[in-house]
Amino acid sequence: MFQHDRLSNEFTLFQKIKSLDYILLISVILLSALSVFVMYSTDGGEILFHTKNHFVKLAVFFPLMIFVAFFNIKFWHNFSYIIYLIVILLLIYVSFFGIKSSGSQRWMDLYLFVLQPSELMKVAIIMCLAKYFHRIKIENVNSFTSITIVLSIIIIPIIFVISQPDLGTSILIALSGLIILWLGGMKIKYFIYSFITFLISLPFIISFLKPYQKLRILTFLDPDRDPLGAGYQIIQSKIAIGSGGLNGKGFLKGTQSYLDFLPEKHTDFIFTLFSEEFGFIGSVGLLILYSIIIFRIVRIGTISRSNFARLFCFGYAFAIFIYIVVNLSMVLGLLPIVGSPLPIMSYGGSSMLATMIGFGIVLSAKINHKQIIA
Amino acid sequence: MIKSNSGIRKTDVINRRMFIIGAAKVVVFVGIVARLFSLQINENKKYLTLSDKNRIREWKLPPTRGNIVDYFGNVIAGNLKVYQLHIIPEQVENFNYLLVRLKNLLDLSDKRIARINKLKSELKPWDSIIVSENLSWSQFVKINNYLYDLVGVKPVMTISRNYPFNDVYTHVLGYVSQPNEKEILENETIQERFVPGMKIGKLGLEKRLENHLIGTNAIQRYEVNAYGKRINQLEHQKGEQGSKIRLTVDTEIQKACGELLNQKAGSISVMDIYTGDIIAMYSSPSYNPNLFLFGISQDEWQLIRNNPLKPLINKTLSGLYSPGSTIKPIVALSALENKVIDTKFKVKCTGKMELYGQTFHCWKEKGHGWVSLKNAMKQSCDTYFYEVARLLGVDRLNITAEKFGLGKKVLGDYFDNEKKGLFPNTAWKKNNLGKGWVLGETLITGIGQGYIQSTPLQLCMMTAQIANGGFAVKPKIIVDSNPISYEDAKQSMESGLLFDTDSEELLDKKLFKNQKNIKIVQEAMFASTNERFGTSYKSRIDDPKYQFAGKTGTAQVKRISKRERELDLELEQIPYKDRDHALYVAYGPYVNPRYALSIIVEHGGSGSKAAAPIAKKLFKLIIDRHDLRNKQSNFERITI
Repeated sequence: MFQHDRLSNEFTLFQKIKSLDYILLISVILLSALSVFVMYSTDGGEILFHTKNHFVKLAVFFPLMIFVAFFNIKFWHNFSYIIYLIVILLLIYVSFFGIKSSGSQRWMDLYLFVLQPSELMKVAIIMCLAKYFHRIKIENVNSFTSITIVLSIIIIPIIFVISQPDLGTSILIALSGLIILWLGGMKIKYFIYSFITFLISLPFIISFLKPYQKLRILTFLDPDRDPLGAGYQIIQSKIAIGSGGLNGKGFLKGTQSYLDFLPEKHTDFIFTLFSEEFGFIGSVGLLILYSIIIFRIVRIGTISRSNFARLFCFGYAFAIFIYIVVNLSMVLGLLPIVGSPLPIMSYGGSSMLATMIGFGIVLSAKINHKQIIA
Repeated sequence: MIKSNSGIRKTDVINRRMFIIGAAKVVVFVGIVARLFSLQINENKKYLTLSDKNRIREWKLPPTRGNIVDYFGNVIAGNLKVYQLHIIPEQVENFNYLLVRLKNLLDLSDKRIARINKLKSELKPWDSIIVSENLSWSQFVKINNYLYDLVGVKPVMTISRNYPFNDVYTHVLGYVSQPNEKEILENETIQERFVPGMKIGKLGLEKRLENHLIGTNAIQRYEVNAYGKRINQLEHQKGEQGSKIRLTVDTEIQKACGELLNQKAGSISVMDIYTGDIIAMYSSPSYNPNLFLFGISQDEWQLIRNNPLKPLINKTLSGLYSPGSTIKPIVALSALENKVIDTKFKVKCTGKMELYGQTFHCWKEKGHGWVSLKNAMKQSCDTYFYEVARLLGVDRLNITAEKFGLGKKVLGDYFDNEKKGLFPNTAWKKNNLGKGWVLGETLITGIGQGYIQSTPLQLCMMTAQIANGGFAVKPKIIVDSNPISYEDAKQSMESGLLFDTDSEELLDKKLFKNQKNIKIVQEAMFASTNERFGTSYKSRIDDPKYQFAGKTGTAQVKRISKRERELDLELEQIPYKDRDHALYVAYGPYVNPRYALSIIVEHGGSGSKAAAPIAKKLFKLIIDRHDLRNKQSNFERITI
């Protein structure tokens, strides 16, 4: 259909629309629609603040995704470093002038909505590292210089994010970065060594944690030690999910949620509400929908000619996977509570913005999968 | 650069490593699905229960107490609908305005208003505040008329204890009131069923039978949110009223006792001499137990507390009196049983008796001359009984007296305020006072003075056991599940055996060695009431249907000085506190006796003037009601 030497920026708009990945697109639309219904349930079966806002954000960010997709992947390759630097600058700005809320300083006021740059960093770091590993020769991947550079790329934003403080997002940024290092060909022994080092230094890391973070780990290990205090969230979340059973309690009938036993039900614990109302079947269905999205992204990576697109797709697919795993493990009581939203489902503009941009770039990679980047 | 070796190798590395990641992803997702499965399918029941525990909260309502009825089924402790006024703060628009309105409508005191404000700050906004526990009907109507203007006010109808006969049964039933912390902790049933506003028995049978009377809570199940606010009602589970309890008492007789002792301090007990049923048990003065239901006012409480006639004391059970001459039937019986005297035995009464330089006076200064047992009992000659007691000795007398129930609790553990009294003997004095017994003390014990102390109910039981021919009765105030009829009790007694309904055994309850001796004492008591010169001759009834036999008693409350003896003052001339207690024990009808009674009028003067006339009035009523009582004997069986 396409000629080898044709550049994607020569595609007509119609051709671009035609070559979008429709399975991915439909999945994202389904997920978005589902998220509006779930948000409607968190509002107690009424169209209130959260439902309205969530819908408006979807209505803005979904076209934005398409818009992003229409830029050639080469364009995103070219601007990767700059985008990374801009987000770093935003993080620096936030650390000085950001809005404070419940003890952390993560947000900047953009009048129309409040932006959380650390969420953007989740995508930016993948772009930046994908570009780096795209350009570097495979022989040099494990050289001292390149290791130093890639580690700096990861550590610099993490320093800012962790000082906000925001442990959950830092971990997600770190994991998103590390996966590119892995994919890019960094020696496996390095991963093994650093993992061992991490385990050994774990006690020291824990001693540096803030008291509330330590408490979360203790609570994770034994939620019943303080059932009305620190353990409350996780206990109530497990009760909600467990009581959902096979079919769930039915849409708008989640008692745990509408009687306010669930904390943070709009954001981090949105899956809990979903799972209470739609049960095991619904939860597995949601996981399948996410799996389709992840699979499609990986698939686009595999057909991409350029390693930048390939690395970005694989990296982003992994990032989405990690967000889901961390969030679900948290609400299922498999991991300590770290603030991490469920992509698209959770209420939160910045997270949705970053996710949609990520999808946009993936779609751009699909449209221009034959694009070769020098 | 395109398709360079390096590029291809790089792509290979990326793909290979992506494959590893992909496999890891599948494993992790399967892990999460497994976790979901374990929570939602395997442990679904557990979490459903927990979720219900979260959302469903039960509200217990105060249980309805069981009724207490008299022998004839008349309710003597029942329940009454009362109207209460509650405020639900969260529904109130303007709390202060509401309080001002209510203050005007109900005449609430400033103290009450302050209390409501305090409660408001302590309770959750959706918990109701009780403004008034007991609205009168007119207040209730008034509130309902203005309800449109009283947003957040809820008139509530609830059930409260009620004693329809007011003060008639106070000392038997006790009363109910709000429990204190200790009372809640001490009784597991109360602890389990306690809800604010609930009332428990504080005294008497209400307290003793708490666990039977209490009833079970009605339960309302509500769905609540995480903050405990009720969202909607799920179900209402009715509570069960507490057990109904039937007493052996007769309200008509009990009421009559109250009227007869009006304005006097004292006690009347009436007992069935065969079944041991307590027909009446009245302690005077009484007080109105209904006053305690909604918290008694300070003024009313002080009035009861400071009454010199001591209404708070249950004189029937915890009043300890010297029996005075009412003990003489037992002294005579003991002497006869121990063959110390016989009917021919005579003593010459000169009005006093000298012993080791001490003078013991007979009540009749001039003396009675030569008296036999019958005459001594009839005229209550003290000298005769001094002599008999001297010959008998206190230890033998004590054995007989204790057999007949003196010095022991009559109703066992039914009333925690019952006293056991005292019938002394030499060992008792040695052990408790550390001194040897003195013969003079035997003499005064023989006329019911000195260390001896008894409750009116003990004297009643003593008389009953003489009246029934000398058999032990088991006094009871509660009709048990298997009530023994009057005839059966009498028959089994006369066969010498008594059927004990508790142990379901036939027991030998003979209290005598020779029943002739009982007969002698009965005849002497008959003479005392029905023959000329008998101390209670004036109070006799000649109609054989009502004819009764009895023994008067006059118990000194202080030693009479020589001067006082010479003055021989009239009752009114002696200060109230120093006047003698008047006592009378009796049983009737003389032929085929059925009931025994004891009467005590504190500081009433002589037994023949103050106590015996009461018996005359009472016996007519008691015996008139006998047939009615007989018909009622088995009308209802209640198990407690």
